[in-house]
Amino acid sequence: MTTLLTADWCQHGKDEYFRKFEVYMMEWVGEIKFDTVAFTSTQFGGPIAVTRDKTKVVKVQGTGKPLITIYTASGTFLSSFVWSSGRVTEMGWSSNLDLLCIQEDGAVLIYDMFGNYQHTFGMGQEAQDTKVIAAQVFSSAMGTGVAVLTTTHRVFLVNSVKEPKVKMLPEAPGVNVPPSAWLVVCPERHSRVLFARGKELYSLNEGDSRAVPLNIDLGADSYSIINMAVSSTYDYLAILNNRGKLWLGSLDVRKTLRLFDTWNLSLPKQLVWCGNDAVVINWGSDIEVIAFSEDSIRFNYDSSLFLVQEVDCTRVITLQSHEIIQKVPSVVKEIFRINSNAPGSYLLDASKQFQKKSHRANEYLHLVKPKLFTAVTQCVEAAGHVFSSDTQKMLMKAAQFGKTFLDDCSPETYVMMCRVLRCLNAVRSRQIGIPVTYIQLQVLTVGGLMDLLLIRRQYYLALEIAKFLKIPDKSKILSHWACYKVKQTSIGKDQIAREIADKLGRNEGVSYTAIAMKAADCGRTELAIKLIDYEPRATKQVPLLLRLKEDKAALIKAIDSGNTDLVFTVLLHLKENMQMARFQMEIRNIPLAQALYIKYCQQHNRETLKDIYDQEDNHNALAECFIRDSYSPRNSGMGEASLVAAQEMYKRAKNDVNAALCEEQLRLLKVQHALEEKFGKDLVGKSLHETLKLLLTKNEIKQADKLRADFKVPDRRYWWLRLKVIGEKDNWAELEKLSRVKKSPIGYEPFVDVCLSYDKKYEAQKYLPKIKDELKVKYLVKMG
Amino acid sequence: MTNHLSGGKVNISLLQDLEKKQLFELILKCGGPKVIVWAEDLVPLVGLIAKNTDLNEHDVRKMFFLEHGPLPPTTVKNIIFISRPRLHLMDMIADIIHEEERRGNRKECHLFFVPRRSQLCEKRLQSKGVFGNFTFVDDLPCDIFPFDNDLMSMEMEGAFKEYYVENDPSCLYQAAQALMTLQSLYGIIPRVTGKGPAAERVWDLVSRLSQEPRKFPTNSQIDQVLLIDRAVDLISPLATQLTFEGLIDELFEIKNMVVRLPADKFSGGDDSQNKIMVPDELQITLNSADELFAEIRDKNFNAVGTVLSSKAKLISSQLGARRTDQTVQEIKQFVDRLPSMMAAKRSLATYTTIAELIKNVTDSTEFLDSLQLEQELMLGVDTDRVQAHIEDCIAHQQPLVKVLRLICLQSATNSGLKPKVLEHYKREILQTYGFQHILTLSNLEVAGLLKMQQSSRSYTVLRKTLRLTVEDNSEVMPSDVNYVHSVYAPLSVRLIQQLIKSPSAWRQLSDVLALLPGRIIDHSQQLPNYIQKRRGSISSQSSQNENTKIVLVFFLGGCTFAEISALRFLSQQEDSKVEFVIATTKLINGNSFINSLTEPLVPDHK
Repeated sequence: MTTLLTADWCQHGKDEYFRKFEVYMMEWVGEIKFDTVAFTSTQFGGPIAVTRDKTKVVKVQGTGKPLITIYTASGTFLSSFVWSSGRVTEMGWSSNLDLLCIQEDGAVLIYDMFGNYQHTFGMGQEAQDTKVIAAQVFSSAMGTGVAVLTTTHRVFLVNSVKEPKVKMLPEAPGVNVPPSAWLVVCPERHSRVLFARGKELYSLNEGDSRAVPLNIDLGADSYSIINMAVSSTYDYLAILNNRGKLWLGSLDVRKTLRLFDTWNLSLPKQLVWCGNDAVVINWGSDIEVIAFSEDSIRFNYDSSLFLVQEVDCTRVITLQSHEIIQKVPSVVKEIFRINSNAPGSYLLDASKQFQKKSHRANEYLHLVKPKLFTAVTQCVEAAGHVFSSDTQKMLMKAAQFGKTFLDDCSPETYVMMCRVLRCLNAVRSRQIGIPVTYIQLQVLTVGGLMDLLLIRRQYYLALEIAKFLKIPDKSKILSHWACYKVKQTSIGKDQIAREIADKLGRNEGVSYTAIAMKAADCGRTELAIKLIDYEPRATKQVPLLLRLKEDKAALIKAIDSGNTDLVFTVLLHLKENMQMARFQMEIRNIPLAQALYIKYCQQHNRETLKDIYDQEDNHNALAECFIRDSYSPRNSGMGEASLVAAQEMYKRAKNDVNAALCEEQLRLLKVQHALEEKFGKDLVGKSLHETLKLLLTKNEIKQADKLRADFKVPDRRYWWLRLKVIGEKDNWAELEKLSRVKKSPIGYEPFVDVCLSYDKKYEAQKYLPKIKDELKVKYLVKMG
Repeated sequence: MTNHLSGGKVNISLLQDLEKKQLFELILKCGGPKVIVWAEDLVPLVGLIAKNTDLNEHDVRKMFFLEHGPLPPTTVKNIIFISRPRLHLMDMIADIIHEEERRGNRKECHLFFVPRRSQLCEKRLQSKGVFGNFTFVDDLPCDIFPFDNDLMSMEMEGAFKEYYVENDPSCLYQAAQALMTLQSLYGIIPRVTGKGPAAERVWDLVSRLSQEPRKFPTNSQIDQVLLIDRAVDLISPLATQLTFEGLIDELFEIKNMVVRLPADKFSGGDDSQNKIMVPDELQITLNSADELFAEIRDKNFNAVGTVLSSKAKLISSQLGARRTDQTVQEIKQFVDRLPSMMAAKRSLATYTTIAELIKNVTDSTEFLDSLQLEQELMLGVDTDRVQAHIEDCIAHQQPLVKVLRLICLQSATNSGLKPKVLEHYKREILQTYGFQHILTLSNLEVAGLLKMQQSSRSYTVLRKTLRLTVEDNSEVMPSDVNYVHSVYAPLSVRLIQQLIKSPSAWRQLSDVLALLPGRIIDHSQQLPNYIQKRRGSISSQSSQNENTKIVLVFFLGGCTFAEISALRFLSQQEDSKVEFVIATTKLINGNSFINSLTEPLVPDHK
């Protein structure tokens, strides 16, 4: 069995192997004419866009408009659409699997992988004017970039298609002929273009004013560079000239790693890297793998083929099959190589013998015993690198077998690999068609793989993987699904809303607002409103409802939330966008809205406030408004008028007590005005009590008595006041007089108290006999 | 500064830590040195969560109050405004920024709202053209502040007025948010009970907010929450508090656990930590960090003297003990104990002085007469007549708030005043204190504190069924909660007492409870599967307390120190299986409660 596993290995030098194995039989057999079409694919097992190859003459069919068809890596049809825009110069995939179609006029039209048009951006006016003759899509630190070459042989590029900012690169010197080859490289955020004109090679750097010539020697006297390729990690460069010489070296061309003569003067169809290990040249119907040393390896195909560069391998797509060429990962090599004495290899043998119930298992185990941990680790890791599930199983079984002989082996890596393998096998399956390798997964991360699944609308698989890998937060998957769901215009809004709510539930991190926004963007306002209902956070609901012009719903939601700030926001929004009368009618049925609006008016608009109270027949509140007015400093001199109004309102409200009190206050004000003239003292606005006190202090006893009678001041209070004023005036004769007028309603104890408080013991004695008997002793003590 | 918060059954310092973290996260967002401009009411509250030195460590160079007028010139580039979401404060901020621009200073401005941003305020800033000046605008979601190891307050002035007079439920939303904060710290509270319209609304909002995504700890430390709407019990705040802490509050006002007293009354020279000297005033922090205060705060004032004098004896005997100490070792032990003994002595001196200050007032005839009237009203004596004492208070122009407090109390105990009586009081007040107070009276009527007599005599019924008045109880060695007011046992506390006695007590009392506003709420909150109840979890510290239930009492509309003392008394009873944690919208007393309802049309001339 071990020998079988190495059947697809090709030895390369003494100790290296390349393997070429099939991952899919293509489903598209019979659907496409392989020789007359052009392919576009991308890394991480990306989908394949197929369109008519313009360089080839074919019989026109139908309308003559080209058709763009998109297949998965397994050749399963995904979508197709008729190209009805301008002439396409080049196509490419962005990192989030949007198909970028670059037109002759520099417009970049973006489609998703289901053939839905997204949007367009341009490569600038100059590119549009001078026409584009070639374009390249490249991966940059900011995502995916696009570079175009114009008929004037200038290069324009954007570093990110998400935020396209067009930059012009410096001009290459020399005669004005098109480059014999050009290539965009973008290591570490700085993009530049390698521009070859015959033998000359220039670097056009972003931001520089002139091109930088690069020195490179491909051996021969006169040649022309015809193709260039850069490895996916932007570490290595490959240059091919028309004499069949291939140069391999560092990206900065300072270090030459190899100069190889292919002895082939024909024009290669493709030059791509196979990881960082080798270069693969597509010569039409056969391919040549050239590494940094040793002879090249040739593979012959009967028909034409198409190569896709990956970070660790090269994919070979033909009409019938989809294959991977990869340098055998060292751990796999260690285990399966013939005569290997790696621990993993022994462990694998031990495990096989054990399954055969052979005693030799023990012998093998003995051999590996000191390095058992390494052996287990090797088996686990090797399992990741193989595609065949049988081999995976075999290796994992060996690891499991070895693990049982280890005392302190953490099962973590083993369990993790089991899970990862399951996920890898699932996404590699024919139906999904993502032939991603273990190394690619490590570059891509699980999150990245999930994103790829979501873009492919494989929501169920993504969910299952999330569950399986114990990724707690599934809200992203669900939200993605929901956003896709709302676009399905064929399904009724109620059903969609219900389905979404059923699936998403009250998941943390799910933003119904975002989904609703998406629905609104698709023109499905009613669905959006339905979805907003599920949003638990009113602070998110309300602004969106207002945006959708659902004012009433916004108001109700705001009120339900209890968040008064939201209610105010809606109220002010309504007030600005509605006729006043309608606005007032609208809110008067909603008590909280009314109350808050009243509160707002109290601070901002007193007149409106009165309008509202008037409408509501709230006369008490109106009266209070008038009373406030009468005290307002802005309203000086008009106080009485406001009070009259207040009195009238109290009467209407049948609040007789308050009406009478208003009336008394008006009367008092009148008296105070008169007194103010007489005494020239500030009096208006003071209380009746203060007024009486003033009169008593001024010895206007008669007038005070009259005022007191007019306003029905109770005896007790009047007497207390009199005593107090007398004390203040130091007029003890008046006190005596008062004691004789009539019987005191407050008793005579206060008489004594007031005398004592001014230290008039002699005066105090006068009233002692009138003190109640039970208090006499106390007062005797007080007087000492 | 935190240790006095962590002593209780529920660790309140978690709240402090959380809020501190939130504050500093925001401050750190603004790189470099910075000045902070605080809305005035926030300054003492921030003192409850972070120290000045903490702020300095975070590169806060200076702090100012948010006032009218420009900032003092400063070279610091970052200005952080920390403000309440109120429109007039926004205007002040806008003015300050305009002024800085006029001066040509390029400043980085940041604005943080406590407890959360408001679109209304942001709109105002936009219309003033300064909203774009802010680099960061964010929330500082501190709804509720840690006061003591069993006490938290939201310090919302006027919450009761807002809801019951202006119909503005903003404060309830904030209370619900505060409750969510507490749940996110201490776990979902399995049982929710309460009484009153505000309680109903808050529960409604809490269940609504619970649907928002939020993380909760895995175990519930609090077993039950009890929402008490102040409108259910308007009597208790009106009664004079007779506990030590209550009296300090009644007579000298405790603000954010700090009381300011005239400095000349205290013997100078000692620089104890919890006192800060201002020329004429001494600020004393009152919390359980001080052992002596923790012991006497909840006692009836009449019992405080005994404790103080026995403490005095103890300390002097300890200090005197050195004469008999012989061996070197004993002397060394004595010296080791000396600092703590000196601290105890200092604190004893402080509280003795405070007690003296209180005694000066409580011995006065005015105080005693009012208290007597209060107690007679509580006992239902002559509640339907015009009270001569109230008339005398008016005649002597005693503070209006005192008069209103007595009248409101009469209205409550008589289940409303006779129209003639009410009219008489009204006229008396307007004639003596001025007509402008008609609006205050109207507010009191709207709030239900003053009302016309009703057919049902609800107070009489409540007094009998719930034993609101108890006459034969020792103030020194009390056996019932009524000791906090000497005669009257707070209605709110009686309700709580009933509820904890048996869970179904409220249902049995439903006839009586129907006399109080609002429905009874009693719900259980579903705990997510992964959350276990507190039983058997690690949090319990001693096995004896294993069966103790922790109840969070949340007063909506404020609570008094006397009520807090009564609750503490309840959980200290031997047979008690309940510990209380208290949260309130504001710490109030009769004066501050009535004052919050007044309409200051004309500035008071005292």
